[in-house]
Amino acid sequence: MELQAVLMAAGGGSRMTDLTYNTPKAMLPVGNKPLMWYPLNLLEKVGFEEVIVITTKEVQKAMSTDLKIKDVKMKLDVVSIQEDGDMGTADALRHIQPKIKTDILVLSCDLITDVALHEVVDLFRAHNATMAMLMSKAHEFTETVPGQKGKKKTAEQRDFVGVDQSGKRLLFMANEADLEDGLSIRKSIMRKHPRMLIKTGLVDAHLYCLKKAVVDFLTENKSISSIRGELVPYLVRKQFSKTVNSQKLKDDTDDQTQEKNDGPANHELLISSRDEPLLQLAQERSCWNDHRGDMSEAYHGGKLRCYVHIMDQGLCCRVNTLAAYIEVNRLAPKLFEEPSVHPSADISERCQMGSDSIIGASCHIADKTSIKRSTIGNSTTVKEKVKVTNSIIMHGVTIEEGCNIQGSVICSNAVIGRGADLKYCLVGNGQHIEPEAERTNEIIVGTDQLMEI
Amino acid sequence: MADSGVIDGPGRKDEIERAKSEGKDLTKEEKQRLRKEKKQQKKIKEKKDDKASQENEKEKKPVTSAAPASQPPTQPTVQKAPSAVPATAPVSVPASEASVPADKPTKTKAELKAERRARQEAERASKQSKKGETGQQAATSKPKAPPSDLQPVVKRLPEHIQVDNPDVLKKLAKKLERQQTPEHYAAKKIPLRSDYGYKVSLFSHLHQYSRKAPLTQQLSIPSTVIHPAIVRLGLQYSHGIVAGSNARSVALLHAFKQVIRDYTTPQNEELSRDLVNKLKPYISFLNQCRPLSASMGNAIKYIKKEISNIPSNCKEDEAKNKLLNCIESYINEKIILAGVAIAKCAIEKQKISDGDVILVYGCSSLVNHILCKAFEKSRKFRVIVVDSRPRLEGKEALRRLVQKGISCTYVLISAVSYILPEVSKVFLGAHALLANGYVMSRVGTSQIALVAKAFNVPVLVCCETYKFCDRVQTDSFVSNELDDPDDLIVTRKGTTPLEGWENESSLGLLNLVYDVTPPDFVDLVITELGMIPCTSVPVVLRVKNVDQ
Repeated sequence: MELQAVLMAAGGGSRMTDLTYNTPKAMLPVGNKPLMWYPLNLLEKVGFEEVIVITTKEVQKAMSTDLKIKDVKMKLDVVSIQEDGDMGTADALRHIQPKIKTDILVLSCDLITDVALHEVVDLFRAHNATMAMLMSKAHEFTETVPGQKGKKKTAEQRDFVGVDQSGKRLLFMANEADLEDGLSIRKSIMRKHPRMLIKTGLVDAHLYCLKKAVVDFLTENKSISSIRGELVPYLVRKQFSKTVNSQKLKDDTDDQTQEKNDGPANHELLISSRDEPLLQLAQERSCWNDHRGDMSEAYHGGKLRCYVHIMDQGLCCRVNTLAAYIEVNRLAPKLFEEPSVHPSADISERCQMGSDSIIGASCHIADKTSIKRSTIGNSTTVKEKVKVTNSIIMHGVTIEEGCNIQGSVICSNAVIGRGADLKYCLVGNGQHIEPEAERTNEIIVGTDQLMEI
Repeated sequence: MADSGVIDGPGRKDEIERAKSEGKDLTKEEKQRLRKEKKQQKKIKEKKDDKASQENEKEKKPVTSAAPASQPPTQPTVQKAPSAVPATAPVSVPASEASVPADKPTKTKAELKAERRARQEAERASKQSKKGETGQQAATSKPKAPPSDLQPVVKRLPEHIQVDNPDVLKKLAKKLERQQTPEHYAAKKIPLRSDYGYKVSLFSHLHQYSRKAPLTQQLSIPSTVIHPAIVRLGLQYSHGIVAGSNARSVALLHAFKQVIRDYTTPQNEELSRDLVNKLKPYISFLNQCRPLSASMGNAIKYIKKEISNIPSNCKEDEAKNKLLNCIESYINEKIILAGVAIAKCAIEKQKISDGDVILVYGCSSLVNHILCKAFEKSRKFRVIVVDSRPRLEGKEALRRLVQKGISCTYVLISAVSYILPEVSKVFLGAHALLANGYVMSRVGTSQIALVAKAFNVPVLVCCETYKFCDRVQTDSFVSNELDDPDDLIVTRKGTTPLEGWENESSLGLLNLVYDVTPPDFVDLVITELGMIPCTSVPVVLRVKNVDQ
């Protein structure tokens, strides 16, 4: 087997607590499909047959009842972990280490993309890389986000990503938060790659191909708890560290003596297979070099290599903020050619429905309603004379007559009273909006949620 | 003569047939007369056949549609098919016309043979007449030439140089489908890589692929159909990461070692047969990523032979170990030790002497090895590295030589005639040595050999014997490799003049990889068997085949 897929679905959605306090992030409906269905669909399209899903018990229960997830033909090996939130992604990998037999492809459940996955995996295969990841050019979110007062905040802390001339080899990665005074780049990197492009407007898709040796390394090194935050920058730095480049560590005896000194480093070196001398022979005789102008061989003799594929076209979005969630609800349905109206929905004839709206299963839409650019979830009831524009309505919601909902997000099982007028609001789970209410730019959640912060 | 032949028809015929049945040789005149009569019979038969074929057309349509209609050899069979049915009728008609009714019931074996021969000759004559060779008509009347010399020899072209023939492409697609490895849930097939861009008409019979459309696009990602090591190898070939004849062979053998290690014999199958079948789709896959080189072809032949020679009572682990050892020893003997032997040969026989100025072209692993070894043995020489676009492999050769401490000069191929007066010897590497003594190597090699010949500079080709192949080629058009044409596009100062080349209908980009150097330009070939002239290649091949 070449690659094993691992889906991380235990995240809590800490940046959109209003949406996730009742529904786990992995099961948030996007275009009437649970969020984790999208990465699963990506893996299935590409040809994976088995996926290891790391999630919480709550999500596991929800998964077993969800129809869409039952539709997935792959074999899902669900591993549940404690929900206390202390486990990082790397900790989760350490937890499932016994199941891992080959190189892995790690995905996050909140990734929605239409990338050609072979681009990332080909980099991983062709260059025998230790890590290959996917990044995408960030797009501005144009929709108004409910509950945001004033202008949109400037983007969160930026990532500085340094790539080489070809745009494929990853040389440098740091987050603005870690850089106090300025960006400092090691001389060893500059000596080997005198031309480096530093990009800031990139979104990390949290899709990584990692060698098996890295997972083994994680089991040894228990201090790393997050893939994105700690493991990836560590690997990128280690490409140019001195111990990796020394080629003396070929004998077993040398390994043992050195192991006490730089324990973790050796595991990167032990990526070599049994036939290392033959591979070396092929490389020596090949007239290829990845760089020109200096006297060193291909890859500068380094055994640890990190590659990145930067997508400039197509959709790649991580749904970890409310703005992203709204944006993705707009775009995700365009990825698939499914009918926008579910066949079991009951829509009356005098309803005006725009072509870019999506109606879920078992809905009841009454007369004289107008639904434009919106997503309506399963089992929702919309009574007469309701105007829904630019909104996301989740499952089981009841909207009484005469309501006017604009640019809002209404979570599951909410009830909007008669004649209510909501503009750019977020209505939490199971909330009741009283009739004739007029709310603008508010987040309406229950009192118990307020306590959770 | 002719008239008398017709008049004496029946009598003569009896004589002739008697002579045949007695086993005597026919005289020249008799043979001539026989042929003329048979020609007449054939004409009469054709008229009958036309009528008969019109009747039988509906019946024979499925028969004819099965065979590819365009080929001329099938036309006589079309004629033959309807003729087979009313066979007795036309045969009896000329017989009756020749007014020998008594012959019908008493046809001897010799007579039937004669008729068959007559039919064959008639078909041959009709084929030649269609080819418009009027000379042959006269020849048929000459009794001297035996029939077999008249037939033109139709040789079959290999499939990989018939890309412009849609039938061949369909056959290839079908072949790939048939080569699917049956997994337990779904039989997936090897994808077919499609050609890219406009091909120059002289080379339209070859494949031209784009690096931006790799074959892995059509494969599933955890590749189950093809072993991951082979997928990795295919990617490395198509990206050019593993380039050079020796490197490709070594990498191929390394990947095959992994395949053999991971292989388990299924139930009711023998390792010797099943493993060979397993390797076939992998080889098709690699062939599509990048056409196989001659050295790779020889290595594959060797492995297949070794696998099929495994006795059936051998246990699986033993067999696998044996195969792994075979591969190791092949690499060791044919590549590593051969390189050492060639270097030793070249240095000891004073092919590299003090004060030499040696010209090399591109990056040949063997030539670099020889030069490095000579430098280690403290020979004083300097090297001129000639390079060419778009690959610019010379830069890598330059790096390796300078790293060792050899003093080098670097020029592009356009400066070769400028620099040649300084040169004392030219060392060239080879991709393959063909059976007629031609050297197949990187494009530009024949240019260098030509210019060197003009300047009377000796040209030495270094090549291991495992690269010798049975093919015969005299030009570079018949069989070659077309690389990605986008490699020729270069961006200078922000502008890319050739950017939209696909939109220009009259513009084609050609990126050739190999060319063929005639043996007149090559003075010596250094192999591990010694220093041989170019024309001794078939001898070496013969000896190798005898050994095996």
